[in-house]
Amino acid sequence: MNMPVSETSRGKVSRLKATGDPSWVRAVCIGLTLGFIALMLLLPMIVVFTEAFRKGLHVYLAAITEADARAAIRLTLLAAGIAVPLNTLFGLAAGWCIARFRFPGRNFLTAMIDLPFSVSPVVAGLLFVLLFGSGGLLAAAARWAGIQVLFAVPGIVLATMFVTLPFVARELIALIQEQGDEEEMAAMVLGANGLQTFWRVTLPNIRWGLLYGMILCNARAMGEFGAVSVVSGHIRGVTNTLPLHVEILFNEYNFAASFAAASLLTVLALVTLVIKTLIEWREQYKTSTDVLES
Amino acid sequence: MSIEVRGITRSFGAFKALDNVSLRINDGELVALLGPSGSGKTTLLRVIAGLDQPDPDCGGQILFNDENVQNLPARKRQVGFVFQHYALFRHMTVFDNIAFGLRVKPRNQRPPEAQIRAKVKELLALIQLENLENRYPAQLSGGQRQRVALARALAIEPKVLLLDEPFGALDARVRQDLRRWLRRLHDELHITSVFVTHDQEEAMEVADRIVIMNAGRIEQDGPPDEVFHHPANEFVVNFLGNVNLFRGRVESGVAVIGPWTLSQTGLALTDGQEARLFVRPHELDVRATPDGRPALTAVIQRIQTAGPLAKLEVLTVDGQNVFVEMPHERFRELNVRQGDTVFVSLKDARVFVEDYVI
Repeated sequence: MNMPVSETSRGKVSRLKATGDPSWVRAVCIGLTLGFIALMLLLPMIVVFTEAFRKGLHVYLAAITEADARAAIRLTLLAAGIAVPLNTLFGLAAGWCIARFRFPGRNFLTAMIDLPFSVSPVVAGLLFVLLFGSGGLLAAAARWAGIQVLFAVPGIVLATMFVTLPFVARELIALIQEQGDEEEMAAMVLGANGLQTFWRVTLPNIRWGLLYGMILCNARAMGEFGAVSVVSGHIRGVTNTLPLHVEILFNEYNFAASFAAASLLTVLALVTLVIKTLIEWREQYKTSTDVLES
Repeated sequence: MSIEVRGITRSFGAFKALDNVSLRINDGELVALLGPSGSGKTTLLRVIAGLDQPDPDCGGQILFNDENVQNLPARKRQVGFVFQHYALFRHMTVFDNIAFGLRVKPRNQRPPEAQIRAKVKELLALIQLENLENRYPAQLSGGQRQRVALARALAIEPKVLLLDEPFGALDARVRQDLRRWLRRLHDELHITSVFVTHDQEEAMEVADRIVIMNAGRIEQDGPPDEVFHHPANEFVVNFLGNVNLFRGRVESGVAVIGPWTLSQTGLALTDGQEARLFVRPHELDVRATPDGRPALTAVIQRIQTAGPLAKLEVLTVDGQNVFVEMPHERFRELNVRQGDTVFVSLKDARVFVEDYVI
């Protein structure tokens, strides 16, 4: 294990020599990159927290515990709590069938899964308004079932699901394809049935990829603004999610409360980033040991 | 348990991986499926295991102990299968890998955990990896992984052991050891075994019987000795190693090829047919002076003496390259060097005529 490591470090040294740019070029490049990140990412984040705490901890706590804020947090958690599991289920099914089977429409399906990424979230929201609005294709069906979709929780959940659909599926398609099906075949020959094969062989092999996809899906589900904004109707305490709540407070010049709510979303983003990095680091470590050993 | 395959065809689109193949493997035999890549040998193995299905309309059958198993899914066929790249469960330890087949048994057939432990320990001893039970596959060498794959397959006490290129991914030295080990293991367990290989030496060394496949068909089926010394056709001769090919014609009922006239070919010869003579390098004799036997006159191009045999490459007066092999003693007796003219005669050869059907 020691030898390959020293080899890589030797490789690094020679690469640095080979692309031996003058030191001022390096300084400018690094300076530009770091400066840009500080200006565009770090500074806004600091602003969020300083603004949130400007009027003191007391105001901050009051802002995130008042009734409307609590309702917004609850709704955001509910929407994510429905969208993430359902999209995980869909991602598993889609990942499995696209990676393992050849069927007509397979390429079409693969392309369709990416659609929510390429469509503007506002358009996605409008799409649901057209579907469920008066005279919409599915309006009659919803009325028959007695479900109020638009300007209500179901609409918010649907919009959230739409924009977060690709995360798990995309992650898993690549992963399952890369891993091949030999281990599953081995399990089958050893007498395992479909369910045992899935629980004992397939799932453990994809669990990190799955978690990665779910984390990203969750971050997006909780942070989604555009699509949800269109279908929500902005009814305070009823159809306001956390991002919408931030906007409303901001429009009312209630900056401290607005930034307090925004700080919650920022913390969520930071937690997501940490988990994501941990998973990536773990995967990298694993593949690098695989390479070393084989 | 005996395995029998009757009239199996497997097509992938227009390509026939298996073309009406029939084969019987007797109880306790160790058989090699030998052929170039794309010859259908792996497909045949997978069809036997139930990992691949023959064409539904081919009307073929797969029988274990004369019972049709064609409708039995892979997990109910009780075969041990060793994959070319081992297919070990990467997230499980060596121990858990080997125990897998026992732990997934239905509750009423599953042995108690203590018994599973004992069985795994026993198998670990068999593959000589007792101290590595807690390692993960990524922490093992290729040869060790291969043995774990074998132990995992044996854990369910299969009636049949199927191995897909079992030594293909290993380096030459480890391969040698594992071959001998597999042969000894088979002599101990007497489990009906089939292994796929493209290495004729491996097949010769390990198997009781060799089935040579090409383009989805069986070209020859017999013990190693028979296959080597009495190849059924051109393909087999060619596939089993270096051969020299000489062309000639049938004249007055005998094959006339270069300086040689061959009458006892065992083939029905018709005048005017093209005849082809196949001679392995060790079946040619080289002399420094003509001794009255029909011989080709040739000039030595290259001599290679590093190895168990001395190898000569000679160029005939017709401009054909011919390869000859001989023991080192014979080579020293001969006392020739590069550029010398020599006389090449036949010790043994086989003739195939033009319309001989392969």
